[in-house]
Amino acid sequence: MIAAIFILTALGLALGALLGVASRFLKVEESALTGEVEALLPGSQCGQCGFPGCAPAAAAVANGEAPVTLCPPGGRALAESLATLLGVSVDLSAVEDKAPMIAHIHERLCIGCTKCLKRCPTDAIIGANDQVHAVFEDACTGCEKCWEVCPTECIEMRPATQTVQNWVWPVPEFA
Amino acid sequence: MKLFRIRGGVHPDDRKALAAGRPIEDLPLPALLHIPLQQHIGAAAQPVVERRQQVAKGELLARAQGMISAPIHAPTSGRVVGLGYYPANHPSGLSVRTITLQPDGEDRWHDDIRGVGDPFGLESDEVAQRVAAAGVVGMGGATFPSAVKLNLRSRYQLHTLVINGSECEPYLTCDDRLMRESSDAVLDGVRLMAHALGVSRIIIGIEGNKPEALAAMGAAAAAFGAVRVVKLPTRYPMGSEKHLVQTLTGRETPARGLTADIGVVVHNPATAFAVHEAVRFGRPLVSRVVTVTGAAVAEPRNLRVPIGTKVEDLVAHCGGFTEEPERLISGGPMMGQPLRELRVPIMKGSNGVLALTRAETNRREPSPCIRCASCVSACPCGLVPLDLAAHTRIGDLDGAVSRGLMDCIGCGSCAYVCPAHIPLVQYFNYAKGEMAARGRAKQKQAETKRLAEQRSERLEAQKRAKREAMAKAKAKRDAEAKAKAAAEAEAVG
Repeated sequence: MIAAIFILTALGLALGALLGVASRFLKVEESALTGEVEALLPGSQCGQCGFPGCAPAAAAVANGEAPVTLCPPGGRALAESLATLLGVSVDLSAVEDKAPMIAHIHERLCIGCTKCLKRCPTDAIIGANDQVHAVFEDACTGCEKCWEVCPTECIEMRPATQTVQNWVWPVPEFA
Repeated sequence: MKLFRIRGGVHPDDRKALAAGRPIEDLPLPALLHIPLQQHIGAAAQPVVERRQQVAKGELLARAQGMISAPIHAPTSGRVVGLGYYPANHPSGLSVRTITLQPDGEDRWHDDIRGVGDPFGLESDEVAQRVAAAGVVGMGGATFPSAVKLNLRSRYQLHTLVINGSECEPYLTCDDRLMRESSDAVLDGVRLMAHALGVSRIIIGIEGNKPEALAAMGAAAAAFGAVRVVKLPTRYPMGSEKHLVQTLTGRETPARGLTADIGVVVHNPATAFAVHEAVRFGRPLVSRVVTVTGAAVAEPRNLRVPIGTKVEDLVAHCGGFTEEPERLISGGPMMGQPLRELRVPIMKGSNGVLALTRAETNRREPSPCIRCASCVSACPCGLVPLDLAAHTRIGDLDGAVSRGLMDCIGCGSCAYVCPAHIPLVQYFNYAKGEMAARGRAKQKQAETKRLAEQRSERLEAQKRAKREAMAKAKAKRDAEAKAKAAAEAEAVG
């Protein structure tokens, strides 16, 4: 009994020390590029790109394993800035045309369960138990996390509301 | 006075004779007024009235919010019948927050409306403060809150106040009529603004196609040595403030800077009139002069209109249309915005309503650019419009920006002279709007990132707090158990 405890403890200490030494001397330098890419990404960890969060996505983009157009909330502007950062050319015509979507809560169907607001990565939903919830459009990134969990399916993903402040002249129709 | 030349510009037929001979008349009170909460550059005003509330003329309806904003007052006495959304006087045709007021016909001023006997005895800050409280904004069309401009004194070395009476847009005659009919009031407002700014030199610039206004303002200014009335050459866009200042002083405003950078502040004569009303009599800005003109209008007129009156009420007062107008415009024909419908309200910055016939608009199908460079010689800002449009068309907005897109004032001189009828200004409006949208998207991204970080920090802190609380509770339990054990041992012992 005592021998077994002693052996396991010694093994644990030795392996732990080995790991500690390895992490110090065999450290893989994280490329500076990954950090720069991560700084550009929205940082809401929404997972729409298929990666578990913004940091793994940034690493994949920096290593060329994922396209610069991977981030739906970032949209065209992000794809463009990533392309300039990495010096790659990109076909932006495919990215565009998906207007940024915003969550909208249908108040008649909301039961005030607070499931959505607990999942919102940017705290864009306000509400409390048994109170109708509402979305702050300015803070919503359209990550659809709330949309997935709503038990009454009262959340709809819609294009952002057009106001006089965000309306822009259309490009002239002309060859 | 020596005048300096500016480059570019065009000479459109001014068509001012349609309305210039008509004295300003008061529009009868309409059945309903729709008063938008955003009639100025900056933050929208915040309503302070409730539905079914009775208000007097000049009573505050909505207060200013933030540094750059302006309050909104009741244009007449009556009852607030709605606080909701109503189509805006804006090219998008979208609805905006609007207060709907039903006039009671008495047009009774609020009891607290009181003027100042000797406004020149006031501190300059106090003048600016009274102008701010009256909701006065730049009435030439830019609608920048005037009081903010009157407070520039603290940050810039100012020496001259320029009054922009050029009214270079064709068709419009509202400033012309105001200067002719109320020259003393306009001059008083001008002197009050100069007092607020602390400048002694005042130049009133009026284009040579308005001899009556020049004579009236000259006569009114004769008694004051510091005020000079200057006849400007008639050329569009003389009313662009940067070009006006360059014509008068020979100094160019730095790119994307303010005229205050070279010590000059520019105001409009209608703004001066509003300042006079606000300071002398305490009356907030609740009405303005609007020119209703164009060949499709039966009787073109200059009307004094309560803010919030529907455009259709103005048109009806002018005898309606003689023929179906090809195009309806709010503002002048060069820089005005298309009106989608006639039920939209007149706002503080609406200086004209134009109903143009097919012959006047002379619309043609655009054809490809032939690189004749007419637009280059017409551009008053020294840009190359054909190049900017080409870059915008292929989606290279950064290229357009690096070629000076942001220095474009949108005057429309290039589109006016273009023999291929290319809608150049729409390209630039699109590009500027798209650049602004990108800026907003970038800001939103930064903000949501901050929110996401704060949230994860908060969750971490909650977790930590929970762990600590559990550890504490455990320690307490242990201590209690130990104490109990000790007590029991003692008891046994």
